[in-house]
Amino acid sequence: MNLLRTFDTGMRGLLGHRLRSILTTLGILFGVAAVICTVGIGTASADSVNSRIAALGTNLLTISPGSTTSFGVRGGSGSANTLTMEDVTGLEDKQDAPDVAAVAPVVSGTATLVSTSTNWSTTVQGTTPGWLTANARSLSGGVFFTQQQVDKHAQVVVLGTTTAQDLGVTVGSQVSISGAPFDVVGILTASGSTGFTNNDDLAVVPITTAQDQVTGGSPDSVQRILLSATSSATIGSAYLEADQLLLETHHITNSASADFNITSASTLASTAASVTTTLTILLASVAAISLLVGGIGVMNIMLVSVTERTQEIGLRKALGATPRDLLRQFLIEAATLSFVGGLLGVGAGLLAGILVPRLANIAVTITPTPVIIAVVVAAGVGLIFGVYPAARAARLAPIAALRAE
Amino acid sequence: MAAEIIRLVDVSKVYGTGDATVHAVDDVSLTVKEGDFLAVMGPSGSGKSTLMHILGCLDVPTSGEYRFAGEDVSRMNERELASIRNRRIGFVFQQFHLLASMSAWRNVELPLLYRAARDRRQTALNALAQVGLTGRVQHRPNQLSGGQQQRVAIARALVTDPTMILADEPTGNLDSKASREVLDILTSLNKSGHTIVLITHDPNVAGVAERVVEMADGRLRDRVAA
Repeated sequence: MNLLRTFDTGMRGLLGHRLRSILTTLGILFGVAAVICTVGIGTASADSVNSRIAALGTNLLTISPGSTTSFGVRGGSGSANTLTMEDVTGLEDKQDAPDVAAVAPVVSGTATLVSTSTNWSTTVQGTTPGWLTANARSLSGGVFFTQQQVDKHAQVVVLGTTTAQDLGVTVGSQVSISGAPFDVVGILTASGSTGFTNNDDLAVVPITTAQDQVTGGSPDSVQRILLSATSSATIGSAYLEADQLLLETHHITNSASADFNITSASTLASTAASVTTTLTILLASVAAISLLVGGIGVMNIMLVSVTERTQEIGLRKALGATPRDLLRQFLIEAATLSFVGGLLGVGAGLLAGILVPRLANIAVTITPTPVIIAVVVAAGVGLIFGVYPAARAARLAPIAALRAE
Repeated sequence: MAAEIIRLVDVSKVYGTGDATVHAVDDVSLTVKEGDFLAVMGPSGSGKSTLMHILGCLDVPTSGEYRFAGEDVSRMNERELASIRNRRIGFVFQQFHLLASMSAWRNVELPLLYRAARDRRQTALNALAQVGLTGRVQHRPNQLSGGQQQRVAIARALVTDPTMILADEPTGNLDSKASREVLDILTSLNKSGHTIVLITHDPNVAGVAERVVEMADGRLRDRVAA
């Protein structure tokens, strides 16, 4: 019997048991749709994390104090107060650090901001005008404070959009921070959130004023130093220059005992990427298991089908079907169930890709690769799980099969 | 002289081993010539079903020689037997064995699917016309009476133009009127030259055959038709 006719026979076999065929197909359908959908969600979230990190500025380097060692116990990273304004001045030197575009020391604390209408507790960062460039941020209104204002301990503040909205203030308004009056001179452009940090909920004030009013501490000591490289190509050399300079200023000869850490946004990006990859793999594995369960469903139904159609198999053998004819017929039935299930699953997956973002506000990005893989795997699963039932059908002795009730 | 279709020489079929050994068919020799109408008669348990399976190439004998239309089928493998069944034997079963999901003509077409055949639909329709079912070609088996179903089965046996039609209790599930119709069709097929072997326990059914052999305890003895 040629393949085309076997195929035709297989189709008739499936159409003869419509409900059962549809239900079996559903198992594969959901498996494939789940794979496509979860991989789509994973891809979308990876894209979104990457774009948010890119928005942060991949040129950004953050210098934070190293750990302290007291009585043999190492404190956590940042527990020391080893960064000073002297380091900042050193890094601003174009001679020593030609690849550093902007430097901004940061001290931060939490304070309550009070406007005429409401109050709001948020992060207050004290810094210098370099902050804007170093963080790759811009203003949606007003101006950033100047170096003169930093030097004069001016009571001016630049607010994040969320903070400004919640306080109900605009450029020119006054707010009080920890009881002292501040003029709102600028509002930052919205930049979204990174992980758990909302980049739009903050208040930025001159570092001198922050030390006076919010964080306290020595005017020379800073918590972090933000650097931006002149471009993303020079980030490596900017890193080395900063490292070298701080080691010298801090009189450290062995870089392993450095009392500071330099991290870059690209480090953050790769960490975030590996987290989303792990999540995607996890989700896809769960979906793949449902595809496997669908495959076992195909095998189950094919076994039931072989048992139930024992008489038919016996008859076909009596009429001249060879074991190979029957093997092929049942393999084609199994493969068709899963292939059709796979195709419908692609449809359902694509539909879910449209509906999920609307209904659940989760982004889904569907790429061709997982779709193709899912369909191929689905058809493969059907073939593999169809082999055993088909072989059973092929092996049945014609007399026994004909006599079966 | 007509050609030999079936030549069984000392054929035995043994099931089980030791004390449980059953000689379902015991040293049977039998010859059927082209154009014969033979009935194999016997009560249930006499071994006539086993004989029918061997004659129909559904099973091979434990010992002895079976030549079918000159070919030694007693040592053939499953694939070769399948080919013999398809090309040379038309089966009619007691339970009809029609596929419920297919129309009458699709059922008749079935054996043609396992060979190289052209105009399968027309061939199937011709076979249905031979059994007087031209008006029922699109009916499903459950839309047909028992007699009609068995006639579809006969058409299916005819459609490959087989060397022999092997009918196993073809009237076993039919009332007397339908039985008569089916036997009439078999008789007229024999008249037009088909070789027919009929297996039955019913002497009245066996009566339509030209020659009747009786089977008891796996052995065969000739009996002259009444």
